[in-house]
Amino acid sequence: MRRTQTNSLDRTIAWVIAGLILYLVAVYFPFLAMQSHGIANETALISGIVALYQQGMGVMGLVVLLTCLILPLFTMLSLLYILLPLRVGLRLPRAAWLFAWNQRLRPWGMMEVYMLGILVSMVKLAKLARIIPGPALYAFIALIFVLAAASVSLDNHLVWDFFQSSMMGDTPDKQP
Amino acid sequence: MNTLPLTARHANLISCQSCHLLSPASAESTPCPRCGRHLALRKVNSLTRCWALVLSSFILYLPANLLPITITTTFGRPAHSDTIMSGVIYFLQSGSWHIALVIFVASIFVPLMKLILLTFLLASLQLGWRWRPLERTRLYRLTEVVGRWSMVDVYVVTILVALVKLGAWAKVEAGPGAIYFSALVILTMLAAESFDPRLIWDQMEEQQ
Repeated sequence: MRRTQTNSLDRTIAWVIAGLILYLVAVYFPFLAMQSHGIANETALISGIVALYQQGMGVMGLVVLLTCLILPLFTMLSLLYILLPLRVGLRLPRAAWLFAWNQRLRPWGMMEVYMLGILVSMVKLAKLARIIPGPALYAFIALIFVLAAASVSLDNHLVWDFFQSSMMGDTPDKQP
Repeated sequence: MNTLPLTARHANLISCQSCHLLSPASAESTPCPRCGRHLALRKVNSLTRCWALVLSSFILYLPANLLPITITTTFGRPAHSDTIMSGVIYFLQSGSWHIALVIFVASIFVPLMKLILLTFLLASLQLGWRWRPLERTRLYRLTEVVGRWSMVDVYVVTILVALVKLGAWAKVEAGPGAIYFSALVILTMLAAESFDPRLIWDQMEEQQ
C-alpha cells in the first residue's frame, strides 16, 4: 500500500497531452468510409452531428456534441489548467472549482461508448457495403486507453490536499 | 452495545459532495470553502428528485422502444423503419449474435434493469426496510456505473445517418424513437446521480 502514487502529476500530465493529440486526430480525420455502387462516403465525428441537425434532430445532435466532443475536451483542458501550475506550486484562479466540475462531469464524457458504437456500425454495414477504416479510428482506440490511463494515474487526494494547503495560506511543504 | 462507527453526521460535520472536505454542520447550504460546491448533509430532495426522474424514464421507455429509431430507404424498395428490438432481431438472424447481445443488453436490458433497481431502492427507503443495506448499496453502485453504456445506440444512429448517404441508392434517417431514447438514457443517468446511498445507512442507524 502506498499513500500516494509515484509521479502521479507528471504521469497524468503526460497522458493528458498524449490524449489531446489523439483527440485532434480522432475529431479531424474520418473514422469510417463506405463504398457501394461506385459511390463512396466517409464520416468524421462532426459530420454525424451535422447530418442529425439537417434532419431536424438537432437536440440529439447536441447530445452527441456535448458527450463526445465538448466534455472530453473540457476534461483534458481543465486537467492541464489545474495540474501544470500545480507542478511548480502555483494555483490559477478558479482551479479548485474547475477540478470539482471536472470530477462531476466525468461520467458524461462518453468517447469510449462512441467507440463501441463505431464497432457496432461496422458490423451492421459490413454486409451492405465495403467498409474502410480511416485514420481517426486508430486514434479513437488509442484515445480510450490514454484517457483511462490519465484518470487512473491521477491521485485526486493529492490535488485536494494541495488546494487545502494553499487555502490555509501556507506554501505546501513539499512539491507534489 | 455501541459499535457504530463514527459518521460525519454524528460528529456534526458535513462532507462536501465534490471534494469530501469536512465542514461544520452549521455551514449547511453555504459554498464549500475548498471547491465552492453547495454544502448539503445529504443530496437535496434526493428521494423526490429520484422518483420524478425514474417515473419520467418509465414513461419515455415506451416510445423509445416502440417508435422507429432509424428509417432506411434503399433504391427500389419502400422505406423500412427499425425499432431497437427489430435491430437486435436483424443481428440475430444475420448471425452476428454477439452484436445482437451488445445492443440488447445496452439498449433494452440495462435501462429497464436500472429503472427497476432504482424503484426497488426508493421503495425500500420509503417503506423503511432494514433488509441487507450492504447489498442495496452495491446495487446502487451498479446502476451508477453501467448507465452510460446505453448511449451506444444513439451513437450508432449518428454514425449510420452520416455514413449511409449513397445518393439515390441508400439513405438512413434518424427516427423519432432516437430522441426519446437519448432522453431516456440521460434521465436514468440523472436519476442514479440524484439518489443518495447514504440514506440507506441513515435508516439503519435510526432504527438501531
